[in-house]
Amino acid sequence: MTPQPDPGGHFGPYGGRYVPEVLMAPIEELEKAYLEARDDRAFQVELAGLLRDYAGRPTALWHARRLSEALGGARIYLKREDLLHTGAHKINNCLGQALVARRMGKRRIIAETGAGQHGVATATVCALLGFECVVYMGTEDMRRQRLNVFRMRLLGAKVVGVDSGSRTLKDAISEAMRDWVTNVGDTYYLLGSALGSHPYPMMVRDFQKIIGEEARRQILESTGQLPDAIFACVGGGSNAIGIFHAFLADGGVRLIGVEAGGRGDGPGEHAARFRGGAPGVLQGAYSYLLQDENGQVSLTHSVSAGLDYAMIGPEHAWLHDCHRAEYVACSDAEALEAARLLSRTEGIIPALESAHAVAEAVKRAPRALGQVFLVNVSGRGDKDIDIYRENFRELDEA
Amino acid sequence: MTRIGRLFEGLKRDRRKGLIAYITAGDPEPGRTAELAEALVRGGADLIELGVPFSDPIADGPVIQRAGERALAAGTNLKVVLDIAAEIRQRSEVPLLLFTYLNPVLRYGLKRLAEDAAASGIDGCLLTDASVEEAQEYVAAMHASGLDTVFLAAPTSTPRRLKLVAQYSTGFVYLVSRTGVTGERDAVSGAVGPLVRSVRAVTDLPLAVGFGISTPEQAAEAGRQVEAVVVGSAFVRMIERNRDNPSLEIQLESFARELKHGLRAA
Repeated sequence: MTPQPDPGGHFGPYGGRYVPEVLMAPIEELEKAYLEARDDRAFQVELAGLLRDYAGRPTALWHARRLSEALGGARIYLKREDLLHTGAHKINNCLGQALVARRMGKRRIIAETGAGQHGVATATVCALLGFECVVYMGTEDMRRQRLNVFRMRLLGAKVVGVDSGSRTLKDAISEAMRDWVTNVGDTYYLLGSALGSHPYPMMVRDFQKIIGEEARRQILESTGQLPDAIFACVGGGSNAIGIFHAFLADGGVRLIGVEAGGRGDGPGEHAARFRGGAPGVLQGAYSYLLQDENGQVSLTHSVSAGLDYAMIGPEHAWLHDCHRAEYVACSDAEALEAARLLSRTEGIIPALESAHAVAEAVKRAPRALGQVFLVNVSGRGDKDIDIYRENFRELDEA
Repeated sequence: MTRIGRLFEGLKRDRRKGLIAYITAGDPEPGRTAELAEALVRGGADLIELGVPFSDPIADGPVIQRAGERALAAGTNLKVVLDIAAEIRQRSEVPLLLFTYLNPVLRYGLKRLAEDAAASGIDGCLLTDASVEEAQEYVAAMHASGLDTVFLAAPTSTPRRLKLVAQYSTGFVYLVSRTGVTGERDAVSGAVGPLVRSVRAVTDLPLAVGFGISTPEQAAEAGRQVEAVVVGSAFVRMIERNRDNPSLEIQLESFARELKHGLRAA
């Protein structure tokens, strides 16, 4: 297993470049610009400065004592990406890519968003660096993440509702790709997850791997040992690949990706790609995909908009096939309960996405006495307050 | 040589320009596609592109997106499209090109599709999201069954990429007239001229230009520089607006005839 894709962007058989010819040359240009930036000390210094002084890195590692005690097993540590500016790990990638866009001389940045966290982070860096910003968002997601829609607009971004298909993340990506294919000359597509055509899965991973690099150092300092297991939620999979990557060579560390189990096992009821999916091509990449017997992409469901997507990032597909990482699913109900538990034991309200990772750790902790668990709290729950209210009505009426 | 190759030989011999008509197979329902295609052929269409609907058509504008949604809702899938092709083939020798995205084809199976498509009278295939870098297995499977593989060349394509596109293409090369998705536009893009010259420099294959051509005047203008023009969204929009109108076939036929007339000036 290699930590880098081949020159064509393949992680094993997955990844690659499956886009219309119009986008191929721009994608080659992006790859070249990114590789130059990666090797440029001035770029790395500027990015590190922004991550520290603007975004708030390094983020804390928190020993969740009361949660651990409540479960009576593993010692649970939380990587607090929720403490970052804009409230999620997405800002790590947005700062990196926006600096690449500036090097390329682009003036306009477009993005897709599901939960709105990537949209908010993109609108934020565009305000900071002076880019015109357009964010595509499914109208179903606009409804359930209204707060983030307003935040993006307040930051000066234009939010375009997408009313096709399932009106969620997948359809927002398609619409962003159509914008990009039309405006390739002056427009940079700031993709928010470790998805899409090469070089995006590699580039987004590289901008997120700081999560794991910090966490590895921090947990060694705090506990004198590596964690026994790491938990992260997986939509496209950028926070998960970000925290996993520094631990890939540590064979004793179990890497556990948590997909959205939704409300059932039937088609359209979940977004667990390793449960019902098969390899296929969508929006630029070859990876595990929820699809029907005719190769049409299936509808998905999750209470969490950020996990509600039919394909998993290609590097995760490869880690899965190599058995280096394992992938499980937690249901909507389990995620909601885990969010309530974390709120009450630690005073931390997680994003619904991150609550899936917490839920899996909660499930396993009682049988893991003496072990150290590391959970990536990839985002905070402010944006999900309306959904929490709907699901915990008794609190509203108290 | 496929019917596509023979078509372009005939066009050259007769010194005329070809009209390629795209329709989404199964729109508004699978039972009607063959007769709609035949109407286009009566109007003078020289080649029919049969679009196989895909749930996430990133290269298509709203008109063809909506057609795909109607076709999928009516139960269209790749097997159904092959049956439609066989139905057309029983009555016509018009060249047929499948036009779709990679995933439905992968799911069906490359080799199985190549064999079944050939048996249904299909002449070739174009997959909008299969870059030449990822297309080796697909091209090998299609060629093994005697089918053409048509690839897109775009105004953004570098000379190195155009060489690859030409190398993997058989039958003809499909030039995308401008950056963007499928759909009608007010004017033919100025990018066509330079693109034609760049592609001619690397191949002797016939060239067709498409994306954004919807009037006889535009067909004439674009057709001057190439062997054929592709009209898609304008036909699909006509089907959308008149799908319950008994005169739909006559309208398609006469619009195809107008476009052909325009091409005579090219």
